[in-house]
Amino acid sequence: MAPIAIDAQALLQSTYSILPEILVVATALFVLFVDLILPEENKRVLCGVSIIGVALSLFAVFSMGPARISGFSGAVVHDGLGAFFEIVILSACALTLLMATGYSEWEGTHKGEFYSLLLLSTSGMMFMAKGTDLMTVFLGLETLSIPIYVLVGFHRNRMSSIEGALKYFLLGAFASGFLLYGIALIYAVSGTTKIPQLAAMLLDASLAGNPMFLAGAGLLLVGLAFKVSLVPFHMWTPDAYEGAPTLVTAFMSAAVKAAAFAALIRFLLLALPGMQPAMGKILWILAVLTMTVGNLSALRQDNVKRMLAYSSIAHAGYILVGMVSGDVLGGQASLFYLLVYAFMNIGAFGVVMLIAQKEDEGYDIGNFAGIGFRYPVLGALLTLFLVSLGGIPPTAGFIGKFYLFSAAVKNGYIGLAVIGVLNSAVSIYYYLRLVVYMYMMPAGAEAPAPRPPRVAFSLALCASAAVVLVLGILPRSVLEFAERSVLSLLM
Amino acid sequence: MNPLFDIAVSVARIAVFFAFVFGLVVVMTWVERKGAAYIQDRRGPNRASIMGVTLFGMFHPLADALKFLFKEDFIPDGAHRLFYQLAPMFALAPAILTMAVVPFGPPVTIAGKQVALHIADLNVGILYLFAVSGMAVYGIVLAGWSSNSKYPLLGGLRSSAQMISYEVSMGLSVVGILMVFQSVQLSAIVRGQGELLFGILPRWGVFVQPLGFILFVTALYAEANRTPFDLPEGESELVAGYHTEYASFKFSMFMMAEYIHLVVGAAVLATLFFGGWQFPYLGDSGFAFPGGISVAVPAWAVFLLRIGSFVGKTLFFCWLYVWVRWTIPRFRYDQVMRLGWKVMLPLALANIFVTGIVLLLIDRGGF
Amino acid sequence: MEPILFMLFGAIAVGGAIMVVTRKHPMASALYLILTLFSVAALFVLRQAHFLAAIQVIVYAGAIVVLFIFVIMLINVPENRLPVERATVMRLLGVIAAGLLILETALLARRFAMPAAPAADSGSVQAVGRALFTDYLLAFEITSVLLLAAVIGAITLAKKKI
Repeated sequence: MAPIAIDAQALLQSTYSILPEILVVATALFVLFVDLILPEENKRVLCGVSIIGVALSLFAVFSMGPARISGFSGAVVHDGLGAFFEIVILSACALTLLMATGYSEWEGTHKGEFYSLLLLSTSGMMFMAKGTDLMTVFLGLETLSIPIYVLVGFHRNRMSSIEGALKYFLLGAFASGFLLYGIALIYAVSGTTKIPQLAAMLLDASLAGNPMFLAGAGLLLVGLAFKVSLVPFHMWTPDAYEGAPTLVTAFMSAAVKAAAFAALIRFLLLALPGMQPAMGKILWILAVLTMTVGNLSALRQDNVKRMLAYSSIAHAGYILVGMVSGDVLGGQASLFYLLVYAFMNIGAFGVVMLIAQKEDEGYDIGNFAGIGFRYPVLGALLTLFLVSLGGIPPTAGFIGKFYLFSAAVKNGYIGLAVIGVLNSAVSIYYYLRLVVYMYMMPAGAEAPAPRPPRVAFSLALCASAAVVLVLGILPRSVLEFAERSVLSLLM
Repeated sequence: MNPLFDIAVSVARIAVFFAFVFGLVVVMTWVERKGAAYIQDRRGPNRASIMGVTLFGMFHPLADALKFLFKEDFIPDGAHRLFYQLAPMFALAPAILTMAVVPFGPPVTIAGKQVALHIADLNVGILYLFAVSGMAVYGIVLAGWSSNSKYPLLGGLRSSAQMISYEVSMGLSVVGILMVFQSVQLSAIVRGQGELLFGILPRWGVFVQPLGFILFVTALYAEANRTPFDLPEGESELVAGYHTEYASFKFSMFMMAEYIHLVVGAAVLATLFFGGWQFPYLGDSGFAFPGGISVAVPAWAVFLLRIGSFVGKTLFFCWLYVWVRWTIPRFRYDQVMRLGWKVMLPLALANIFVTGIVLLLIDRGGF
Repeated sequence: MEPILFMLFGAIAVGGAIMVVTRKHPMASALYLILTLFSVAALFVLRQAHFLAAIQVIVYAGAIVVLFIFVIMLINVPENRLPVERATVMRLLGVIAAGLLILETALLARRFAMPAAPAADSGSVQAVGRALFTDYLLAFEITSVLLLAAVIGAITLAKKKI
């Protein structure tokens, strides 16, 4: 056989198209090397190095702009949608790392392995958000998942951490199998794994009606639904979220969800027009189930971490509402909500982390009694994040939900919007219950003082609060960015 | 062409190679004991005699075989009966399968048709070899576990860990050869080794891949459970390791498997790194030494020289096993693991890397 | 000839897989799994994917199942203490669902003819290597990141002190 001719120009462009990912992976490797030579008491440096790497990557995303750069013979593309999700994922990662400065010290996660796994997982998410080939999506998903399984079980001497990791791993491996099987079936029918080509082929009704293709698309949906924890694929979520080190829980709830939704949005927005109405109905049912089951289960939780876990399930349902119609408006709303959700959820977890002191029993809702007046800043921040999660103005959570439900109404899914609003109302009960505990319950006799946050930690909390407030009042520019991102995909 | 001819050729090839390998196995059991005696300065086997003829103890393998056949075939009380019986088959079958891809001579023309001296010239060649030899571990593991006894269990555990560890280095150590000869097919690799390097040296694997050769030999010894890597049956610690509880013909099946591995391993070593059936400086029509001297040799003699060359190399490496066994002491278990993962694996990777760079430079005309 | 071989190895693969999930002793399951993996490798060979077949045997049968067996040996549950599997409602539903799936697949399969044999060298080492380093270069590279992450993760979880 003739030797492979390498087109240097194309290779260069391909490399450029994944520059942010390369930076993150390189940082992960660098952290591992630095870890070897650092003495035990200076491990804090690793966190700083990781933050710098993520910041560089974020800078690369911004400087690359929204221009469309495709690489590796169509396996990956840097477009508006990719850039948007990269910003969401990298911001979530940066916030997590900022909080890690404090958390790692308290809970013993100042380890090279911890940071490199976090970064490798981030790189997987970014590949997933940018992948235009189902192969890339699958590999990104695995690169995202495997470090997360380990991070969930990072507290090896806490039973709940190990338990959560094991459950997540077993079910996650199963879900990966579903995803891969779905891809295989789709490939068997269409002969391609490239999403744009698939979308083009779907315009022809014979493929869209092919049962094997439908089975493949269904399995693909199951695999991704597992990662974003849609009901009925949510069983792992409460245990994994509760067991994981809280920092990892915060990261998971924001970033993993964003990455999996990125792949889902890319696939659904392109393929959905060809697959209506069957797919729309399935998504409708999934959205309703997810919102309702998530919110109703959250009502009964006394553990704050578990409550936030169920609330994150419910939020996956809200985001899915935007995708039922599969048009620009819904997509834009989903994107905006994912961004907002990342900030408000990580912020909420951050405050909870400070107050709870201890993993496991520290998260009982009783521990939050009386916090509000004794520690007004913490109380105010947590209230802000909870109010935003509940969707009350003038926070970004309200704007996000408003756009999601109005997109549903505009596309004629009025029933869906009504169910969504009812669910939001239910959710306000359990968010405000925590606020009531903070402000109206007397503190216990030996109520522990929250941990004093480090500067970086406070910075992360302030940044999240600022985003939640600013986007709640002036959402225009980000909404436009989201719209451009969705349009860049459809063009 | 008529299919009968093809079938006849296939059967003949299998029969010849079987005979060669099994014959060598029998001889090797004798060589092993005689070689041990020679190195340790004693007499070795010399008692078995037929009508008073002892022939340096050559009849001992025969006596052994008869003894194995007529001994009672018992199954220990607590053994997992089914797996216990399966284990020797799992050990022997892959050993026999491995020899299918080794070419033992150049293609010959019989009745106007080219016949390759190969049982099967698969286009995945060497990968088949790894795939099948990877199965050998099951025999050992099953034997160790199903005997339901602690020494075999320890032997089985040790060997499965050891074989998996060294399989990695073994695979990687050959990659250099594949890169140089640009094929995974053993026949193509042998053909590639017929040329000359710098006009004087035969382009044998050992000259182009010296590090690869050392790594491969080491891994081969570990895979065959030979000293210094015979931990799975280290008699001073584990009685006899995984086959402690086996007797009679089942035991001899394990022995046969071990010696077949040895012989096939030697043949593969000769094929990959010492030119297989290539005789140095011997072309199709005769010798062509560097310096322009050439000697014509008739075709049949070329053929015989080549086959002889392959057999000779194989015999030498078989002897090398014995030589090493009686000169080098056994490693400790943690040393085996450390060598496998921390020395061999990085070296094998570095070897691939350097080979790649050199090939690239040659390709660019740098050399 | 090819359809006959295909059915033969397909039947062995499916039969082996059923045995894997129905055997009482995990060691028997593991051995049947090897059988299934080998038959699938044979199916690959029938579709000219020689490289894939060899890799299938090397990686799955030669390494992964060995690790399974390693674990079974280490845990070494005595035969009389193996868990007894009862026919629960869930299991029954599972069997019914599996039966429906098989039926459905069979009905679907009738629509598809056996595709024509691919070119002889489409699955050779050269062809696969070429694809890996051109069209699937990114997948190849991400896999290396994935494996690195898995290695770090395994060490993190298993090492005595990190």
